[in-house]
Amino acid sequence: MSRLLATVGAIALGSLLATPVMAQETVTIGAIEILSGPSAAYGTAIKGGLELAMDEINAKGGVLGGKKLALIVEDSAGNKDQAVNAARKLVGRDKVPVVIGPTLSNEMFAVGPVTNGREVVTVGTSTTAKGITEIGPFIFRTSLPESDVVPVTLKTAQEKFGIKKIAMMYANDDAFSKSGFDSMKAAAEELGLEIATIETFGSKDTDFSAQLTKIKGLGVEAITISALVEPISGVVLQARQLGIPDSVRFIGGNGANSPKLGEIAGAAADGLLVGSPWFIAKPDEANRKFVADYKQRNGKDPDQFAAQAYDTMYIVAQAIDRAGAAESDKIRQALYKTDFNGVMGPFTFTEGRDPASNEGVVVLSMKNGRFEILE
Amino acid sequence: MLSQQLVNGLVLGSTYALFALGFTLIFGVLRVINLTYGFYFSVGAFVALAAARELGANIWVALPLGAVAAGLVAVVADWLLLTRLRRAKAGELASLMVTLGAVLALYSLMAVFIGTDIQRFPFGFVDNSALEFGDVRISTVQILIIGTTLVLVALLFVLLQRTRLGLMIRALAENEDAARLMGINVGLTVAAVSFLSGMLGGAAGVLIGLNFNAIQPFMGEHMMLRGFAVIIIGGLGDIRGALIAGVLLGLLEVLTAGYISSNAREAVAFTILVLTLWFRPVGLFGRAQAKRA
Repeated sequence: MSRLLATVGAIALGSLLATPVMAQETVTIGAIEILSGPSAAYGTAIKGGLELAMDEINAKGGVLGGKKLALIVEDSAGNKDQAVNAARKLVGRDKVPVVIGPTLSNEMFAVGPVTNGREVVTVGTSTTAKGITEIGPFIFRTSLPESDVVPVTLKTAQEKFGIKKIAMMYANDDAFSKSGFDSMKAAAEELGLEIATIETFGSKDTDFSAQLTKIKGLGVEAITISALVEPISGVVLQARQLGIPDSVRFIGGNGANSPKLGEIAGAAADGLLVGSPWFIAKPDEANRKFVADYKQRNGKDPDQFAAQAYDTMYIVAQAIDRAGAAESDKIRQALYKTDFNGVMGPFTFTEGRDPASNEGVVVLSMKNGRFEILE
Repeated sequence: MLSQQLVNGLVLGSTYALFALGFTLIFGVLRVINLTYGFYFSVGAFVALAAARELGANIWVALPLGAVAAGLVAVVADWLLLTRLRRAKAGELASLMVTLGAVLALYSLMAVFIGTDIQRFPFGFVDNSALEFGDVRISTVQILIIGTTLVLVALLFVLLQRTRLGLMIRALAENEDAARLMGINVGLTVAAVSFLSGMLGGAAGVLIGLNFNAIQPFMGEHMMLRGFAVIIIGGLGDIRGALIAGVLLGLLEVLTAGYISSNAREAVAFTILVLTLWFRPVGLFGRAQAKRA
């Protein structure tokens, strides 16, 4: 009897010991993205980018000398509370050392304090609002803040098209859009542009005729707009309907940088200018391969969100390797030593955990419903 | 500029009125606040979109198709969700909660099958041009919206006042038990009302989707808030009230955004809503209960 007990005990003990050994075969990374609801397109693109990079890394032998990467993607549905719950689950139950995401700046302002408080490295791939990385020392981002991209766009517009007087529009119910507007306004003032009016709208509005009619009467040379792609499409369509001439260019923030804009707005969006940390037609070899592989895997072209996510997975994987262990604080320190050249161009972090350089920024112009690099 | 803003307001107001018509009809006759109404709006738009893309249908085919499909969905949804409640004479709160749950589920299901990407009608589906009167521009689609709203309102009035079905609907709105005793087939009349309101919602979905060039499963959700404000301001169940309140709200919103501040625009509908509930709970044009519908 006692031998039987001892055997059972030994097996039980053995299996207890075995489990953690098995678990160490993989390094699990958490991600919180919008996979359902009106903004699901962003999260889906990001998930596609992350998974593509992860599979490539795993195919080349994984991290930490042979461990495979695994990814748990939680759906935030664009909802702050759901994003926070997802973060609690990833940190508490799944014990991930790194959280990628969440998708929107709004969500990051809710999730960041939670993960930072638990000392879990959190890397935003698409959060461009001001103040994201100021949440705490565990919050990083790989997306260029708009404050780095927008001045390049505005300056180019001023130099190429002699723009002096502008109207500004933004969605006033969204942290990303407001912060993009703040960057635009700062950049416009810096460049000495005359701001004729500032108009707002709700990010779910479909009617912008009142604001555009007012702007039409002011004789501006350009209209800056900070919002997500859906309302931007509505604004440009209605602007042309109301007879604002094509010579009045729209200048968009990061939200305008989406192929959806051309699909929805068509020719009405022609001439729109936007700065981008990435562009599908960037001619280097790494980018061409990424675009082809992503398209083959997901059945559609990648966008900026997919590209940023793709690079981020590599940046995180390399940091885990450098850290020598899947431990959050070590990964955090290793991230500071990032020196990566990906599809977005050369990448390093600043002391403030933001991307260090905007030399990869290209200014794009919409033509026949597609973006082209502005010549 | 003022004249252009008045046109903008009139168009926006027509979209509100068009949307709210079916919503207020449901309440006036069936005494339920049916929150699935916003879903019929999305259904109409997507069916018309599919017809335009797959069948190459023009607007005069796609619009009725979208409207009829939404009407059928409305009949099924009403039958599935509310028949039991109606039989049990459950209060308005029960139907509110059931339809709230159902509409969230329906939107999500639709998003699963169709995806949440914004879609649009093919370019050139409706003539893109605009009429110009001096400085004022009004596009073909906008004329279509105002025109359709007027036609549908007129048809609805004729139907309710001049036809046997209208008489049955009005009898049901007055008193369900009495209507039943008079030999009116209540089940059929309920289905007819659901179909009519679904059709109105669906037609609104097609036209508004066309005007704003953005069709996605959740498009009804945002409209629903405005629709709610419009039918309360106009008086629950009051068709003429919904029409006037819709246009009024559109005008006020546009004038607020154009001349006061675009930031204040969102406040307009809900400030009026609160004021209405304080000072005239029966709605701006409200009459005695028995005159509803």
